[in-house]
Amino acid sequence: MKKSISIPSIKNYRIDSVESLRRLREILVAGEQTTGKFVNVCCGSGCISSGSEHVREAFVSGIKGHELEDEIKVKKTGCHGFCERGPIVVVGPKNIFYQHVTKEDVPEIISETLLEDRVVERLLYEDPVTGQKCLHENDIPFYRKQKRIVLKNCGLIDPTSIEDYIKVDGFQALAKILSHMTPEEVIGEIKLSGLRGRGGAGFPTGIKWETARNASGEEKYIICNGDEGDPGAFMDRSVMEGDPYSVIEGMMIAGYAVGASQGIIYVRAEYPLAVHHLSTAIAQVTDLGLLGRNIMESGFDFEIKIVKGAGAFVCGEETALIASIEGKSGRPKPKPPFPAIQGLWGKPTVINNVETMANVSRIILNGHEWYSGIGTPTDKGTKIFSLVGKVRNVGLVEVEMGTTLREIIFDIGGGIQGGKRFKAVQTGGPSGGCIPEELLDLPVGYESLAKAGSIMGSGGMLVMDEDTCVVNIARYFLDFARNESCGQCTPCRLGTKQMFKILQDITRGKGRPGDIEILLELSDAVKHGSICGLGMTVPNPVLSTIRYFRKEYEEHILEGRCRALVCRSLIFYRIKDYRCKACLKCLQACPVDAIIGAKWQVHEIDQSKCIKCGTCMQVCPPRFSAVECVTGLIEGSGDKSE
Amino acid sequence: MDIERLNKILAVFEGEQGGLISILQRVQEEFGYLPEVALYSIANFLKLSPSQVFSVATFYDHFYLTRRGDHLVSVCQGTACHVLGARDILETAEKCLGIKTGQTTPDYKYSLKRVACLGSCALAPVVILDDQVHSRMTVRKVKKLLTEDLDRTDPQT
Repeated sequence: MKKSISIPSIKNYRIDSVESLRRLREILVAGEQTTGKFVNVCCGSGCISSGSEHVREAFVSGIKGHELEDEIKVKKTGCHGFCERGPIVVVGPKNIFYQHVTKEDVPEIISETLLEDRVVERLLYEDPVTGQKCLHENDIPFYRKQKRIVLKNCGLIDPTSIEDYIKVDGFQALAKILSHMTPEEVIGEIKLSGLRGRGGAGFPTGIKWETARNASGEEKYIICNGDEGDPGAFMDRSVMEGDPYSVIEGMMIAGYAVGASQGIIYVRAEYPLAVHHLSTAIAQVTDLGLLGRNIMESGFDFEIKIVKGAGAFVCGEETALIASIEGKSGRPKPKPPFPAIQGLWGKPTVINNVETMANVSRIILNGHEWYSGIGTPTDKGTKIFSLVGKVRNVGLVEVEMGTTLREIIFDIGGGIQGGKRFKAVQTGGPSGGCIPEELLDLPVGYESLAKAGSIMGSGGMLVMDEDTCVVNIARYFLDFARNESCGQCTPCRLGTKQMFKILQDITRGKGRPGDIEILLELSDAVKHGSICGLGMTVPNPVLSTIRYFRKEYEEHILEGRCRALVCRSLIFYRIKDYRCKACLKCLQACPVDAIIGAKWQVHEIDQSKCIKCGTCMQVCPPRFSAVECVTGLIEGSGDKSE
Repeated sequence: MDIERLNKILAVFEGEQGGLISILQRVQEEFGYLPEVALYSIANFLKLSPSQVFSVATFYDHFYLTRRGDHLVSVCQGTACHVLGARDILETAEKCLGIKTGQTTPDYKYSLKRVACLGSCALAPVVILDDQVHSRMTVRKVKKLLTEDLDRTDPQT
């Protein structure tokens, strides 16, 4: 028998009381129960670039072709985190997890899974260790050790459907505080939960709110910091794209607690999809009457607007972010006064990161005991990391605080790509440091990472293998830092520049004995002579690599060797004449025509032209393996690009 | 530059507090870059000194004071992309287009830009051509992307 979905229309519906929210939720959930089958297509940025839009369209038209559009709902969802395996499709009612789905696979999924209830084996994830096929998300090792609190709705709800959010307890936390809690109780709850800022510094959220609440002034502001600038971090992007409502609800709760009636979300301009989803969500929430005046007849007014960043990393720093909203150049100011006392337009302002905001509704709804039961005695809750680099399962992972780096990289991340050896993990982006293999059993937490010379930061986690050069990584971060320094503190402006120059010299084989000591001295000056978090932390990548990998610095400086074969001035490619079969492959692939030779004539690399891109090595057929990369300085083979 | 179009944009921001960055964003959206004359008009409109407006316009990465190409090629240099060879990708892009990073081809068809991180780290290394993300790039893929693009009449390399 054909059942049809009766999706209740929420047009013109206004939530004016806790009771009406409850009623709407009931109606929506009841509407859901008649539908068994669904197709959820991940439309996060990662899956979209792998072609998930086409997959979704193929499902819509395929299902229409079978005249089943009333029975099977096709939904786009936010990011599942396992971007490596995109596009990801989850097929219900059994929640079968298909990965690497192309539009060509769609007819088969429809006829097999949706019509015949059979599994398309080849699209399942295969556990590389056991060889077992994983039917559900939770069977996959990548998900098994995760604890998804902040990301619980990502991949589940349609990020542009407020109905979906309401069905998964959306706005229940807001209803709870507006009907049963005083602002002081809300602050108390957040304080007891032990929630700390997820943007990097880890300041206790409850104390920040309390300070702003107690600050004098009628007008106060809540700012959500979505200026995720750390290269290699994309958790805030996923949350804003995949579950914008949770961010909005968190901001409203903060507004109520602090006594603010205006919220601003500051989003990086590089995240157009996040801006789109957030603005859609704000419009929907406003239409339902949950943003605006006298929300649920509680007397609480709140509105939210979006401000788009204009491309400056330093604007992630709170005082710089405020300056940017005020229409000025993003230059940090000395603290105190802290923004909680004197922030936007001189008014008390709470600035919380996206991930922090998304935690808030979970804490209010489940209580502080529940939240503080997760994690370690010092670090509560979970943290999202973006696991990138040379790790096998690249993606977003949310783990309980106290999970060890080894568990994250090897159990969840599946270890190193291509059977290579682990070298180090860099946490915290440009402000963090490199952690070596000896410390892999370190539990993640604010203090534990700081003690190891790194920081939690916003949660970037860059895994490096033996083919990654730590000196090059330090140079990379300093290059970033010198470009992003706002320039007002001299030690930061000039110090980062000098440090970059020294590191560049070292990677080019022009290092001098004593360079390491100068780097340490400059680091100290930059750290102590800058007013903001950027200057205070950017020497960390250098300090931590010197601390743990001094030997590699010395090899570069004294022996002209780069053991990872990365620093171009210290390596060269050559063709072993006795192995070369003159097949022309490398000769044709070379982007700069640096290979001399012809058919029947053994090839040779012209070192004066070679840019050391390694293409020749990649294209040389493995059965010949005629190209090799060697470290050491040779005449005429400097780094052409520099 | 069309003063009428500029004035229309400015009128929307009448009376708004701290609108400078939003105004610059809107003006750039309209004209593709920030023409010098526009900056003076904006300063006039906001009752700021031109140096204040120039200071903001040059502080942020997203503002351009010169005309851009019709197509924007952004090569991500984020951490994840970096360790997977983003530098080779950028250099190849420079060679294919015959310009340096930050420059525009003389025919105003292409501009080449490096970006710090696009947040598509799981797909590294990435190149964005206009709004299309190209993932897991290699030197060869970039070469193909930038030389076989139909729009380009004068392929190099």
